[in-house]
Amino acid sequence: MFQLSETHQEIQKMARAFADKELKPVAASLDREHRYPAEQVKKLAELGLMGVAVPEDQGGAGLDNLAYALAMEEVSRGCASTAVVMSVNNSLYCDPVMRYATVEQKKAWLEPYASGKKLGCFALTEPGNGSDAGAASCTATLVSDASGEQWELNGTKAWITNAYEANAAIVFATTDRAMKHKGISAFLVPMPTKGLSLGKKEDKLGIRASSTANLIFENCRIPKGNLLGEPGAGFKIAMGTLDGGRIGIAAQALGIAQAALETAVEYAKERKAFGEPIAKLQAIQFKLADMAMRLEGARLLTWRAAVLKDKGAKYTKEAAMAKLAASETSTFVAHQAIQVLGGNGYVSEYPVERNYRDARITEIYEGTSEIQRLVIAGAVLKEG
Amino acid sequence: MIADFPLAEEQRFIWESAARFARDRVAPDAAKRDREHRFPFDLVSELAQLGLLGVKVQVEDGGSGADMTSYVLAISEISRACASTAVTMAVSNLVADILSRFASLDQKQRWLEPFLAGRMGPASFALSEPSSGSDAAALQMTAVRDGDAWVLNGSKQWITNGTHASFHLLFARVVDGPGPHPPGSKGITCFVVERGAKGLDAGTEERKMGLRSSNTAQLHLTDVRVPAVNVVGEVGKGYAIALSGLDTGRIGIAAQALGIMEAALAEGVRYAKERKAFGKALAEQQATQFAIADSRTDLEQSWLLTLRAAADRDRGAERTAKASSMAKLFSTEACGRVVDRMLQIHGGYGYVEDYPIERLYRDARVTRIYEGTSEVQRIVIARELLAG
Repeated sequence: MFQLSETHQEIQKMARAFADKELKPVAASLDREHRYPAEQVKKLAELGLMGVAVPEDQGGAGLDNLAYALAMEEVSRGCASTAVVMSVNNSLYCDPVMRYATVEQKKAWLEPYASGKKLGCFALTEPGNGSDAGAASCTATLVSDASGEQWELNGTKAWITNAYEANAAIVFATTDRAMKHKGISAFLVPMPTKGLSLGKKEDKLGIRASSTANLIFENCRIPKGNLLGEPGAGFKIAMGTLDGGRIGIAAQALGIAQAALETAVEYAKERKAFGEPIAKLQAIQFKLADMAMRLEGARLLTWRAAVLKDKGAKYTKEAAMAKLAASETSTFVAHQAIQVLGGNGYVSEYPVERNYRDARITEIYEGTSEIQRLVIAGAVLKEG
Repeated sequence: MIADFPLAEEQRFIWESAARFARDRVAPDAAKRDREHRFPFDLVSELAQLGLLGVKVQVEDGGSGADMTSYVLAISEISRACASTAVTMAVSNLVADILSRFASLDQKQRWLEPFLAGRMGPASFALSEPSSGSDAAALQMTAVRDGDAWVLNGSKQWITNGTHASFHLLFARVVDGPGPHPPGSKGITCFVVERGAKGLDAGTEERKMGLRSSNTAQLHLTDVRVPAVNVVGEVGKGYAIALSGLDTGRIGIAAQALGIMEAALAEGVRYAKERKAFGKALAEQQATQFAIADSRTDLEQSWLLTLRAAADRDRGAERTAKASSMAKLFSTEACGRVVDRMLQIHGGYGYVEDYPIERLYRDARVTRIYEGTSEVQRIVIARELLAG
């Protein structure tokens, strides 16, 4: 588990080189301008990183989830905004389509997305419910018109990453609210489409180069055949998808932390105080040691969750641990990095203030830290 | 342990036999031994018979010939039952390891083989002194040559198994005459000093906060004559010998912390399910659930870091200091957090001897101090990080 295979090492190296060359130089300006990294995402697609764990005959790179986690960390180390675009397409869009779509659906809804020609998004959360996803209030009703039976969607989805660029969304809506979470189904919705409008772009603390917006459905009709998986299986699909998504976000958090640590180490070697580099001071050494240690621990949890997923074993608890530890480590490391840089950490000439802002979201999306704790505690109390 | 971790057959065998022994023999009287500050002599010889005093020592030398991963598993299981017995075992393994790697054939026959066969009782590793702990190279104990012997003078501090050891692996500085002697590794030599040597006083036992059924003593040496044949390795090369045991020592204590955490978490979960407040079990309340979630995450992260450090050693990786220090630092500090949270779940019951968490809480504390304090581990990690 601790020794990466040659293939995995190669993926890691390739993604690292890409991040150094193509992402690091532009990350600050993308952030400042709130500009979507269109060119960079195109290059990610060329490298096969938009559908890492999707089989080659379905448009993907044919690798596994460990490869995905490794690539994700490296991309995030270069630019966390680009990383979340990649993460949503891989984990939240391609993964459930790969697992639940019919062979026929996959032609249109998976191949172009896994190859990165098109971009997907995932619409679960609503303005009135996030962590409590079973309370979904978006509705889907079967209606008949001249073109036959269709689903009509109504309601609003919130915090949708990639909303402005996506060509399709997986949308969760209830067909029977009395059935609570068992009434929720998943739908494949093309974008743009009539009856679906986008809310304003959210103005975020971090990951500013990615777009986040509401999807607003008003009598939005989609073909009956766009149901993903069984009717009523939506909640199960969503939860299973989020398990995998947590590995991606954990890896994103690791990349942000690694970037912040590297900057702090370099800075500490150069910056002088009291006649010597601050790296000679125990106050600084101890911060760096704790940052590196927590990062390493969180990385091992993340790799392990990915390996379990690849083995087809249960990994819900392990993914929650990876996500919890990695995201909290990321905010910790970014915070400490700013402290090492002092005033220089607080201004945008150095990347750590962006790392700090970018890190913060990892404790919130794809299940807050609090949700991860509930998932873990539930599993532990059941085990023991 | 983390259930999904892939183990080789031999690793699993050692793990299971340690777990069985811990459950059947070590756990039952652990609380009583602690209360009575009673050293587990019988368990030491039983551990020897199971091959657990020399887990990594090659079979030709009477050991089990297993790897560091097996060692971690064995220590953690014994520690889960009784952390005092675990430290007694860890120090024994450290001594056996060093003898196996550095001692001559004669020396092995004289000390290592009977020790591993359980015929000698415990042994000690005597490096720390009253005024040198973390800074081990500053040790002041002297050895002066006199004919076919060395004459040793000075004191050793915090020596686990010190009172009961049949022999001590003791580090002293070879000098020409009276001091003061400059600190540094120069002249440091490893000696075997046997119990009962004239001028050796090993009787001053510490009264400790935790690990009460393990023995910790001061050694006072006044003109102790040690035969020249008792030098382990070469004269003046002792510091390297002491350093060679660092990884084993640190990984061993990380494993001890793992065992304490496993026990504490199990106690906390058990109590949380039984105890009711405001009409429902503590386990059904988020405040308790979060403490359990954080503790389990701490524990599994500690396992992974420790098993990784062990795996690095097992495959002969070149640089292992950082991984060992991270394992030790993370696991022992996580252990401190876990016992604290689990004691808190017990409320007042956590503060009295009726529940094991009180002992676990006391036992946990020392893991952040011995075999390199947390501060020393941070220095090691930072040094590696800044060298890159």
